[in-house]
Amino acid sequence: MKNRSLVSIDDFSTEEILRILDLTEEFEKEPTQKLLEGKVIATLFFEPSTRTRLSFESAINRLGGKIIGFSDSSSSSVSKGETLNDTIRMVDKYCDLIVMRHPIEGSARYASEISTVPVINAGDGANQHPTQTLLDLYSIRKTQGSLDNLNIFMVGDLKYGRTVHSLMMAMSRWNTTFNFIAPEELRMPDEFKIYLDNLGLKYYEHNDFTDIISRADIIYMTRVQKERFSDPIEYEKVKNVYVLRNSMLKNTKPNMRILHPLPRVNEIHQDVDINPKAYYFEQALNGVYTRQAIVCSLLGIK
Amino acid sequence: MSVSAIQNGTVIDHVPARNLFKVIQILGLDRIDNQITFGTNLESKKLGRKAIIKISGVFFEDEDINRIALVAPDAKLNIIKDYEVVEKKVVEVPDNIVGIAKCMNPKCITNFESVTTRFKVVSKKNVSLKCHYCEKITNQENMQII
Repeated sequence: MKNRSLVSIDDFSTEEILRILDLTEEFEKEPTQKLLEGKVIATLFFEPSTRTRLSFESAINRLGGKIIGFSDSSSSSVSKGETLNDTIRMVDKYCDLIVMRHPIEGSARYASEISTVPVINAGDGANQHPTQTLLDLYSIRKTQGSLDNLNIFMVGDLKYGRTVHSLMMAMSRWNTTFNFIAPEELRMPDEFKIYLDNLGLKYYEHNDFTDIISRADIIYMTRVQKERFSDPIEYEKVKNVYVLRNSMLKNTKPNMRILHPLPRVNEIHQDVDINPKAYYFEQALNGVYTRQAIVCSLLGIK
Repeated sequence: MSVSAIQNGTVIDHVPARNLFKVIQILGLDRIDNQITFGTNLESKKLGRKAIIKISGVFFEDEDINRIALVAPDAKLNIIKDYEVVEKKVVEVPDNIVGIAKCMNPKCITNFESVTTRFKVVSKKNVSLKCHYCEKITNQENMQII
């Protein structure tokens, strides 16, 4: 995978994805190494994303790499009107790899075509965020032992949620059963359901999940945002249906784990945090190892 | 209007009248020195009003002519040699479209910087294009030709 960019999860074959997950496992055992000594990595965050940026910077720092960059575009030359084309043509001379977050969709693909060094897409608007998908896959494999034959519950905003779309597409490479739990206005878009139909994968749609929660291997929670509703009354009606509470977890499978891309607002009640099935903070930690694996793969170090 | 027959070249028939100049632009006919005659707003049972273009001394490669598929999907080509039609061709929607259509996603990078648009054709019947950059779908109803 040396000198390749990672823009979309589809850029990697299933074998390549599994190779990244295996490598992530190695980094989890030994996260502090001198592998990136002498390397300079640019983190270009044209819009703020504290969590993703810190995760990348922690991953790189633990491997001894140096970081240059900016954390929002007001402190960069973009505020003076520089094009992305020019920014990339300059920055690629200064570094060995670029990590980029940008609000415009397709910006990462474009940057990867201009850049002479590999580009990692850390989110391009509502389009792709492949390192999140890889860390989700790692968290699922780690907690379930395998990616095969799992029952995945996706809960909340399934219409606009970039994270759930990418994870769904990625998990469709294995024999996954999906349960989509969302309010009427935020249901999984048809294009994704058609995709699953064509693959012959099973999926079920529900408005509520209290009765079926015992079947889940993974519950992937997302936030239902008030702004997504055209009618505020509709939001008031459903807002409590999509909140996970500890009392709901009684009859769940022993292997079941709860994932969330974070930040959480109120969709997982704090009383869930002490339940051993709550996995979202470990999931965030897995993000550091996953990013170490991705950076080292693209640089040809591992 | 009488349009004289050409000795050698290509006749493109069944072009929708409203897209005549787009076809001319896509094929770069406004930048060549060959003799070209065209007629527009001609009566057509199929299209209502059609246009026809006769280009002397030019023979198109399939991949070039297929670029007009988005604006003239029913176009028919007659290849003329020595005043005779030696071959007839129809236009086929290609697998990839480069630089002809505009991505309908207002948040796509191609609508912010001078990036040549690139699409994968995901459906040829009711033409539907997937943007190489933002991965969103542009279909016939919201398609704009650059």
